[in-house]
Amino acid sequence: MPSLGADMVRGRLVEWKVRPGDAVRRGDIVADVETDKGVIEVEVFEDGVVEELLLQEGAEVPVGTPMARIRGAAEATWPTTPPVATGVRSSPAARKLAEELGIDVARVAGTGPQGAVTREDVEREAAAASAPGAGVERTSPDSARMRRAIAATMTRSKREIPHSYLGTAIDFGPAAAWLAEENARRGIEERLLPAALLLKAVALAARDVPEVNGLWTDGVFHPAEAVHLGVAISLRGGGLVAPAILHADRLAVGALMVGLRDLVRRARDGGLRGSEMTGGTLTVTNLGDRGVDQVYGIIHPPQVALVGVGRIAERAWVLGREVVARPVVEVTVAADHRAVDGHRAGLFLDAIVRRLADPGAL
Amino acid sequence: MTTAEARAALERALLRIAPEVDPGTLDPRASLREQIDLDSMDMLNLLIEIHRTTGVDIPEEDYPKLGSLEECVDYLVARDPTTRERSGA
Repeated sequence: MPSLGADMVRGRLVEWKVRPGDAVRRGDIVADVETDKGVIEVEVFEDGVVEELLLQEGAEVPVGTPMARIRGAAEATWPTTPPVATGVRSSPAARKLAEELGIDVARVAGTGPQGAVTREDVEREAAAASAPGAGVERTSPDSARMRRAIAATMTRSKREIPHSYLGTAIDFGPAAAWLAEENARRGIEERLLPAALLLKAVALAARDVPEVNGLWTDGVFHPAEAVHLGVAISLRGGGLVAPAILHADRLAVGALMVGLRDLVRRARDGGLRGSEMTGGTLTVTNLGDRGVDQVYGIIHPPQVALVGVGRIAERAWVLGREVVARPVVEVTVAADHRAVDGHRAGLFLDAIVRRLADPGAL
Repeated sequence: MTTAEARAALERALLRIAPEVDPGTLDPRASLREQIDLDSMDMLNLLIEIHRTTGVDIPEEDYPKLGSLEECVDYLVARDPTTRERSGA
């Protein structure tokens, strides 16, 4: 039973998605598990063949209990081939990204010259791969259980993490103008929300200042190798979850918007995956829709920082020697002072400012 | 598209976004976002759903015209190509 959240201690197996003898590949969904935060899809992290299911559906067991036996790739009856050796025509950038995202480039439909797989093809495949499975009957998370889970995580955070808070107001004018122009060209289903630009700016800024992107475990900060951006999503019945958009810094803004829409839908309808629930390396919470000016949030342990985003509102802004009305957004960072000094957290905020000033480059 | 057809399409779209809502209880003149706690993503998904089911194009600059149930219905009736054909517009 995998840990699907910082304070998960038990899980209930709802349904097996595989049977003995089934071949599985890294990333395949093998089971649905009910936690305090709802039903989560459990993935397998290596290729192999399911030898034996060790739990009956309905069984509730502690985290760490073996669920199934899977014969690994080394013993499997089919060969595994690294993407670069498939003979599929693809650009080096596409192969590199596919490798980083765990995508088999041979499965990606190429749109480049002579059907070559491009970096954009891989990004599109990555966004599509997060589409929900169909036909799974799910139960809504019990609100009292979810409240207890949130309470446990937040209490642990405030007990263990010395939070420091910084904030800054950002001229959102360039980003708003870019968005308006971009959205005028897009059909309604492809349009972007400001949240997509803000997330991309944060993800790139985390690459600029890696001290905010990682986990504090066993008394040591472990910088993350990728930016998996957690997004706090409120649920309609109350409560919230913070699943991650994996490799957010490498997704084009359009793909990131697709990923965000998909993540919000699955957070509210069911179908989040274990890797999304546990993979976050930095989280963003955006309360601007509710008219909030500033958000000073609580870090999601074992992460070391949380970015808060307020509403985008017209404010008086000094531009050159004039006071003008500009769309302004206040962005804050809550940082774990064990891992991140104020100076570095300030540089991180400054990196977000710089990234948003050049939206075309996001 | 008649007013009743527009209202029905809107209610179906709303129920996909907020299944717990009883559309009959909504104040047609009050803000949808305020009444049923819709965020930007919900509103975008609602407009996408309306577009999918009615075929009505909704440019981004028109979003502010779609604040309440009544405004949405009026907008759909006015923008629906079949309405225009029937009225000879």
